[in-house]
Amino acid sequence: MNTADRTGEGVVRLEGRAKVTGAARYAVEHPLDGCLHAWPVPAGIARGRITAIDTERALAEPGTVAVLSHENAPRLGEPEDPELFVLQSPRVAYRGQYVALAVAETPQAARAAAAAVRLEYAAEPHDVTLTGGHPGLYAPETVNGGYPTDRERGDFDMAFAASEFRLDTRYRIPPLHNHPMEPHASTAVWEGPRLRVYDSAQGAHAVQSELAALFGLEPERITVVSEHVGGGFGSKGTPRPQVVLACLAARETGRPVKLAVPRHQMAQIVGHRAATEQRVRIGADGAGQISALAHEVVTYSSTVREFTEQAATPSRTMYASPHSRTTHRVTRLDVPTPSWMRAPGECPGMFALESAMDELAVTTGIDPVEIRLRNDTAKEPDSGHPFSSRRLADCLREGARRFGWEGRDPRPGTRAEGRLLIGTGVAASGYPVYVAPARATARAEAAGGYRIEVDATDIGTGARTVLAQIAAEALAAPLDRIRIGIGNSDLPKGPVAGGSMGTASWGWAVHKACRALLRTLAEHSGPLPEEGLSAHADTSDDVAARSDAYARRAFGAQFAEVQVDMDTGETRLRRLLGVFAAGRVLNARTARSQFIGGMTMGVSMALTEHSTMDAEFGDFAERDLAMYHVAVNADVPDVQAYWLDEEDQELNPMGSKGIGEIGIVGTAAAVTSAVHHATGVRVRELPVLPESLLPGLAEWRRPAVV
Amino acid sequence: MRTFRYERASGDEAAVAAMAASPGARYLGGGTNLVDLMKLGVESPDVLVDVSRLPHTSVEHTGPGGLLIGAALSNSDLAADHTVRTRYPVLSQALLAGASGQLRNAATVGGNLLQRTRCPYFQDPGKPCNKRQPGTGCPAREGVHRNLAVLGASEHCVATHPSDMAVALAALDAGVHVLSGAATRTIPVTELLRLPGDEPERDSVLRHGDLITHVELSAVPEAAHSLYRKVRDRASYSFALVSVAAALETEGGVVRRVRLALGGVAHRPWRARTAEERLLGEPATAEAFAHAVDAELAPAEPLRDNAFKVPLVRNVAVSALSDLAARQSDGTARLPEAR
Amino acid sequence: MEAPVHASPVTLYVNGTARELVVDNRTTVLDALREQLDLTGAKKGCDHGQCGACTVLVDGLRMNSCLLFAVARDGARITTVEGLADGPELHPLQEAFLERDAYQCGYCTPGQLCSAVGVLEEMAAGRPSAVTAPEHPSGQAVPAGDTEIRERMSGNLCRCGCYVNIVRAVDDAAGAQAGAGHGGSEGGAW
Repeated sequence: MNTADRTGEGVVRLEGRAKVTGAARYAVEHPLDGCLHAWPVPAGIARGRITAIDTERALAEPGTVAVLSHENAPRLGEPEDPELFVLQSPRVAYRGQYVALAVAETPQAARAAAAAVRLEYAAEPHDVTLTGGHPGLYAPETVNGGYPTDRERGDFDMAFAASEFRLDTRYRIPPLHNHPMEPHASTAVWEGPRLRVYDSAQGAHAVQSELAALFGLEPERITVVSEHVGGGFGSKGTPRPQVVLACLAARETGRPVKLAVPRHQMAQIVGHRAATEQRVRIGADGAGQISALAHEVVTYSSTVREFTEQAATPSRTMYASPHSRTTHRVTRLDVPTPSWMRAPGECPGMFALESAMDELAVTTGIDPVEIRLRNDTAKEPDSGHPFSSRRLADCLREGARRFGWEGRDPRPGTRAEGRLLIGTGVAASGYPVYVAPARATARAEAAGGYRIEVDATDIGTGARTVLAQIAAEALAAPLDRIRIGIGNSDLPKGPVAGGSMGTASWGWAVHKACRALLRTLAEHSGPLPEEGLSAHADTSDDVAARSDAYARRAFGAQFAEVQVDMDTGETRLRRLLGVFAAGRVLNARTARSQFIGGMTMGVSMALTEHSTMDAEFGDFAERDLAMYHVAVNADVPDVQAYWLDEEDQELNPMGSKGIGEIGIVGTAAAVTSAVHHATGVRVRELPVLPESLLPGLAEWRRPAVV
Repeated sequence: MRTFRYERASGDEAAVAAMAASPGARYLGGGTNLVDLMKLGVESPDVLVDVSRLPHTSVEHTGPGGLLIGAALSNSDLAADHTVRTRYPVLSQALLAGASGQLRNAATVGGNLLQRTRCPYFQDPGKPCNKRQPGTGCPAREGVHRNLAVLGASEHCVATHPSDMAVALAALDAGVHVLSGAATRTIPVTELLRLPGDEPERDSVLRHGDLITHVELSAVPEAAHSLYRKVRDRASYSFALVSVAAALETEGGVVRRVRLALGGVAHRPWRARTAEERLLGEPATAEAFAHAVDAELAPAEPLRDNAFKVPLVRNVAVSALSDLAARQSDGTARLPEAR
Repeated sequence: MEAPVHASPVTLYVNGTARELVVDNRTTVLDALREQLDLTGAKKGCDHGQCGACTVLVDGLRMNSCLLFAVARDGARITTVEGLADGPELHPLQEAFLERDAYQCGYCTPGQLCSAVGVLEEMAAGRPSAVTAPEHPSGQAVPAGDTEIRERMSGNLCRCGCYVNIVRAVDDAAGAQAGAGHGGSEGGAW
């Protein structure tokens, strides 16, 4: 295996061999004697109260060990996230919320027992439908990420009214589901007074701290292991109910318990990207220069917890806009609680903003690349701070060159191959640079080599490998001398794998620990003691000391080519090309996969992912992977990612920006802009479905249809 | 999933007898749909009679140029059969348009015919559904029905039949050999699968214990000029929004023989006999195809969110027939040009 | 009348070894592998044949093991991802997946690999796919190439978005298998 980066193509993942041989163990794959299996029972109403639970038949199923519900489950302490306060009350806040748990000797028995639980409810009228004028809409205190709900700069209304070109459009994004390939899954084992949990989570420490609150334990008595995690995309960023249920069941039965959320329950239970309705207004002059920009977002959360998708935030930072208004309004419905999904806020917000930019380009007759260049800005409009680095213009130009954008005929419907209409589109990408404090340990071992420890999580990003590379570089040691431990709450605390901040945060701590170790080693003489020599690092002060005089953000540009069948309205991607500027790229092989992976998910969002809240029942109709269409291999013929060298001294010792999310930002707008270029039809509601296009395609079908 | 007893049938008669002994029994073929439905609690057999190892796995040539296809043959084997590929390309294409490589390797011909609708209400035992639980109602009519029927539905059920293969078989007038008690009968596939009417719980005319042993294709010369078109929400591995199985033979630019079946629009594959009748003797032009298909679709009664299926299936049928016409050697058929 | 029997003895030949088991009739091949044989390589992504993560080879054919009752597959030869390598020597597909970074979280990977083994065999055996030209002669090897591989691998979802890398990897392995004559890659990022 290639563990040294001799070619510049990037080191092969350290756990690669384990993953391709099936040796990598995920959360419910650890063999434990006497392990039981649990299967949750979801609520069958959208709002109300459980009035009776009949578990007799369930308990009579062969192999059933226990059935837990609010009537008999152990009482829990108050968690930070009320979604985790499971089986504590007869209230039902949304359909699919967990109301009971069957525990049995085998997975088959657990499923049968769960199906045999009989529940009676006092149902109450429910409201699960988001409308633009919903009476429950309010301005939350802040939106996700801690951003301000509303921002005003200048005088939007005046500037908009005075603009030569005025665009006023609305965009809709349906609910979207993370659907990592590994369902949310947990194994819980009580070892005397200690609790050991294998959890499919993006941050073991986050799970540990919630479990400590719920079960009234010192955090040190809980070990959470998340060594291999089958994807998360935000939905495993905080603990989900299954881990609490597994711990409850293990405590109640005195045996280890495994629980993997059944796929068709996931849409309701693990969080999703809330639907948004976004109004974008742009006022510009004849040169395409924006003077007024308003981005107003309407969305929902559940009655359990407020979560407001911060979709207007990109408009605060992307383009020069002297007069600006950005707002968020949220209403609380009887629906599952939305949460993080890859690039929350940025991804849906940039669909709207970048679609509007394309519409502005069409309206003003200015090339879509050029109009973005004309509105580029060295200072973040909202904060007034200069960007620590911003190579958006270079990304646009380099992408245009590689894609072959030059000479594009902007008129819709000018390219066809047989019955296929072909079009191209562009959109910008962006993502904030976050970083959080982390701790790490570096140890020089007596037997030689180094041991690096940090509670980082590798959810497929390549974090394990990149952190080892950072250590190797800091220690000036070959990579094969580094052993790295991650994914365990017993290790020095690191933040969650989210917000594209993992590498920056954990890596900074690893870098610091390694440098400290080098100093310790320099002061040491003679052979190393048996336990080796260790150095610890905590970056809290370093992170706090970062200058706040800069705006920090990664940028990119994506170019899409699509084909639309003029008979069917089927839209398929032909190629997608992205160029990104995201600081220093530490591993070309895994970085490319991150960019391509995000872009691929963006294609999926644009063309196939479609979820419907069922107004009568209060659940998502497309609840499994046959009905909720994640793009398949055949949908993604050609995706290319490139990046520009970017030196930025205002980031972290590695000079890196996050790359896990920027790839999905802007993709959908590039695709729908390409659809517009192909057909002349502007799709403002995702995904692009045949019915979105068929009426507009009639014109191209002449003379086939009379 | 309930516990069940498992029996491996040693022969056709034994299989039928085992079913007769248990009113709650089901046949198990490839299991790609039944196991799925058992896990969901939609199907709860107490006995499974495994017919997947019955020796009905060949494709035999019958006297006058037809084929006898074993019901336990896998979908992939049938799709790869040389005769099927050359003489009935519509069938091979339909099979390959369905599901995934893995599923086609496991799924059988008989099971494919009898797969159940993917209506989201049918698949959720927590909701009413007349097909699953007669008399409970059909929430799909007012609810989520984007991919449900536009033709031949009833107030009780708007389900669609999900099979691609069955659409091709309907176009080819395939006969289905059924062992029923001690008697074998042949049912045209177009009659095997039924419209929902007042009995939406019945997908087919089969009775408990009836065993599909073979599917028979008679000689269909025009099937050499046939194709299958499927429209779907992603490029592969998803059910049809609509589909079209078409065969066409022209002579001097005039339609001599035509077969047309529509998928994804009704409770069973929709054989478009009205359109076929209209086309015989007509010029093989896009205009004629459009008029004929419009006549076929005139009785369509779409719901709030699936009205797009009507123009969609019309476009696909016209385009499929136009392509077939253009392929005919006489060269008189003209395809519309893209702008 | 005898009491109904809801469990059955079965023998599965897993990765070349006979494994005798008593299974609850409801047990799928996937659950038998994961819960009874501790072979957790085959993954449970959806348990309903909708994702492909559980793909294994059954008597040489790729199938979704979550939809196969073990009792009905008594006597079958099963190859899982754990059985692809020859001792320490990885299967060419496994090598190609590493080299092309054709995986991220790794959860769909065992299914992708088993599926790809089946795909290469199906193409070599001349079995058509939806994108194979109708006039391609039956039984003659179908040339590998991006379009064929993409279609044939579409029964394996990957949420991390590794498809283009997976296609490269399968194409590499197809090339290694077929020598220089294979259809070849149609371009891309690498």
